[in-house]
Amino acid sequence: MEFLQQQPLLAALLALVGLGAVFGALLGFAAVRFRTEGNPIADQINDILPQTQCGQCGFPGCRPYAEAIADGEAINKCPPGGETTIQELADLLDVEAIPLDEEHGEEKVRAVAYIREDECIGCTKCIQACPVDAILGAAKQMHTVITSECTGCDLCVEPCPVDCIDMIPEQTTVQSWRWGLPRPSTVNADIIATDAPQGQAA
Amino acid sequence: MRKIWDFHGGIHPPENKDQSLGEPIAPAGIPRMLTLPVSQHIGAPAIPVVEPGDQVLKGQQIAKARGPVSVPVHAPTSGTVVAVEPRPVAHPSGLTALCVVIEPDGEDRWIEHAGLADYTAEDKAALLERIRDAGIAGMGGAGFPAAVKLAGRPGAEIDTLIINGTECEPYITADDILMRERADQIVAGTLILKHLIAPGHTLIGIEDNKPEAIAAVRRACQGHDIEVVQFPTKYPSGGEKQLIEILTGRQVPSGGLPADIGVVCQNLGTTVAIHRAIAHGEPLISRVTTVTGEAVDQPRNYDTLLGTPMAWLLERAGYRAADNNRLVMGGPMMGFTVTSADVPVVKTTNCVLAPTEAELPTPPPAQACIRCGMCAEACPASLLPQQLFWFAQGQEHEKLEQHNLFDCIECGACAYVCPSSIPLVQYYRAAKAEIVQLRQDHERANHSRDRFEARQARLEREAAEKEAKRAARKKAAEERAKKAAESGDAQEDPIQAAIERAKAKKAAQASAPAGDSRDKLEADVAATRKRLEKAEAKLAEAREADDANIAAYENAVQKTRDKLQNAEAALAAAPAPDAPAASSSGDAAQDAIARALAARYAAAELSPEEKARADLEKLEARLAKTRTKLEESRSAGEQDKVIEALESTVVRLEDKIATVRQSVGMPAEAEAKNQGQTTDPAALAIERAKARRAGTGKSSESPKEVLERNREALNKKLTTTRERLAEAREAGDDTVVAFEMAEAKLADKLARVERELAELEEA
Repeated sequence: MEFLQQQPLLAALLALVGLGAVFGALLGFAAVRFRTEGNPIADQINDILPQTQCGQCGFPGCRPYAEAIADGEAINKCPPGGETTIQELADLLDVEAIPLDEEHGEEKVRAVAYIREDECIGCTKCIQACPVDAILGAAKQMHTVITSECTGCDLCVEPCPVDCIDMIPEQTTVQSWRWGLPRPSTVNADIIATDAPQGQAA
Repeated sequence: MRKIWDFHGGIHPPENKDQSLGEPIAPAGIPRMLTLPVSQHIGAPAIPVVEPGDQVLKGQQIAKARGPVSVPVHAPTSGTVVAVEPRPVAHPSGLTALCVVIEPDGEDRWIEHAGLADYTAEDKAALLERIRDAGIAGMGGAGFPAAVKLAGRPGAEIDTLIINGTECEPYITADDILMRERADQIVAGTLILKHLIAPGHTLIGIEDNKPEAIAAVRRACQGHDIEVVQFPTKYPSGGEKQLIEILTGRQVPSGGLPADIGVVCQNLGTTVAIHRAIAHGEPLISRVTTVTGEAVDQPRNYDTLLGTPMAWLLERAGYRAADNNRLVMGGPMMGFTVTSADVPVVKTTNCVLAPTEAELPTPPPAQACIRCGMCAEACPASLLPQQLFWFAQGQEHEKLEQHNLFDCIECGACAYVCPSSIPLVQYYRAAKAEIVQLRQDHERANHSRDRFEARQARLEREAAEKEAKRAARKKAAEERAKKAAESGDAQEDPIQAAIERAKAKKAAQASAPAGDSRDKLEADVAATRKRLEKAEAKLAEAREADDANIAAYENAVQKTRDKLQNAEAALAAAPAPDAPAASSSGDAAQDAIARALAARYAAAELSPEEKARADLEKLEARLAKTRTKLEESRSAGEQDKVIEALESTVVRLEDKIATVRQSVGMPAEAEAKNQGQTTDPAALAIERAKARRAGTGKSSESPKEVLERNREALNKKLTTTRERLAEAREAGDDTVVAFEMAEAKLADKLARVERELAELEEA
């Protein structure tokens, strides 16, 4: 004690080292005790992805792509999600929203697989390809698609040996019809002469 | 006098109600065609139960409800169903929807129907069922199934029943005239609702711009515990939430229902429909609709059959199409423009408005929002319309929801007061639709993800199970091998014993020096011959079935044949046997082999018939033994597996005995066939089987006869195949290709047989 009082420098040093050791131990314990399972950011990204499981992004399913995005993959490889998904991802990750990478496909109208049942030979190949178990059938029995479960991923079309699967775009019905935003022309009206497009102004 | 509250905002547009109130309600008559959409309500569309060509009576159900939140549709008059197909319906999209089209026969014949003399005696559930079966959906505008609303939610205590006679929207007078002319029906319906809900208070709320209606309803209410409340006119006091606030001072919580604060609200028209359904048993097949606007000569209210085309109503009222700028279904504030006058009147159509351009001008182009705040002052839901407009433009959905977009009742007050003529409501509708769409998409995505993950988990589990099974099998095999190595001699189990024997045999062969005793060589020959027979049989089978593996089988047969020759050569070279049975090596396995060989030799000495009989005896003895064992294990309650195994052994033995008995029946042939060929009993059995398969043919018939028989069979087959092919072609089956292939193959075979036959004849 006496010695430390006479060596203030050493005392301060010891105190700091001691504090460091105590907090270090605390932090180390917290890191072990409150470890987060999995990758939380990948979970959030996966929540945004449309879950068609189509693999058009080049990854085997939405979850792997989400993990890849969390590791720095580009956010514009999801055609089923389209611009909306890119925008949401950009917001979440605080990066620039970039246009959809056409290499992986275009944004299309949502479609549902349809099996032309009289042509189906019951090979079960599409059943094995379906990522969400939306195709019903058995070997040598006709197969059919459970429309409400189909994500429109196209994965069943290619394996079909008799090409009897069509992707039918969803039809707008009175029930599914939605109001659209007013046409811009009625928003940006030509109130005064200078509002008119160049060359038309009198 | 009841205390009246006020709600925030509201507007006072020109009422324009007098035009259509000059005349009493008139029947609109039966139009040439009635088009009834199966979806005239909120909820699942009804399912049509009639087909084109069906005769229907007035009040007959033509579409049944699908699920709990749905109502049926009934025929408004008697006639013939001419179509069940998508037709343009009254919808802002102008899209088509499934409709039942009825051509009236003009007779207007009712289906048998009866009301309840005393509904108070009925069960509440039965009354609700009646209301639902009558197809009653809210007639104020939204079209929510009335029975669902009245059934309420468990735990929700209802203290106030409100009958909405407000009718605040300009031009519309359908409820007003209903109150003036049919107040007694309104009160009767209200009493039914009172009976169903048993509220503390029953109120009929009417704006003070309808003095005649108020007087009529007050008169009808005398003697009943129903309070008629009059309050100042203001748009949109007829909104459910606004009316509740005016009459009770309570606000429906955001995202909640009136039932949450103990209130149920029903429209006047719905009340009348419920009365008709209960008291007269009449389903909802007509409604009062106002036809008004300056483009019609005689604006008035019509008692309209549902499904009546708007054009028919307009025609009655003296419609001048040239003056009209657009046709509106509903009022000027909340109605929508229809694309064609042919769309039908439905359960929610309270007004058909045909204004002139001067009367309801096309909205001028929208200008920029100047942040004047008039919309916020007018908003009856106390929202911030200009903020919502801003966020809707930027598609900031989260902000929109934070600003309670979903509390907007789309009344149009904000757009009405907007000095910049911004179509605000349209923005809110679009934003709401977008958000709802995104929510649905998200839900779907979650559902897909769950399914995907479930599938993934299943595949993994299956793979793991397979792996585990494989490991278990491997382990069991290893254990068996270990045990066998430990114990060394045969066990009780016949299978185990067979494996042991095979192992011992192999071991013996391996341990015996090459070119050893004659018995080993003979066993070799016998075994190889057996294998050859088997391979040949398989080859023949494959040929018959036209298998792809023919080449492989041929190869196998050739190899086995070579081996057999080698073995026979070795046997010939070996010295003659002295006493095969005596050569005991001391090894138990070898002893067993020696014994078996000795038995075989002994059997070879016998004639085939004697041998077969001996076999039969042996088999019967074994069968008896197995049967006793089976009985024992059954009575001892052994494991199922053991019993099953024993049972299958019994069956197998019985089979074998049957075969042997058969062979005993024709010993001469077997003898002739087998002489000098083989002494092995197994090979003998195969030979016998072959002989049987070939029938008596091979031994007694000449090759020519065989070929001829073959040709006949092929001919027969070919004819049947051709017949079936023709059938398949006619039916346009997928099997045509298969039949064609089969035909070609058969024709091929036939040609080959005929060629062979020809060669034989030449020879």
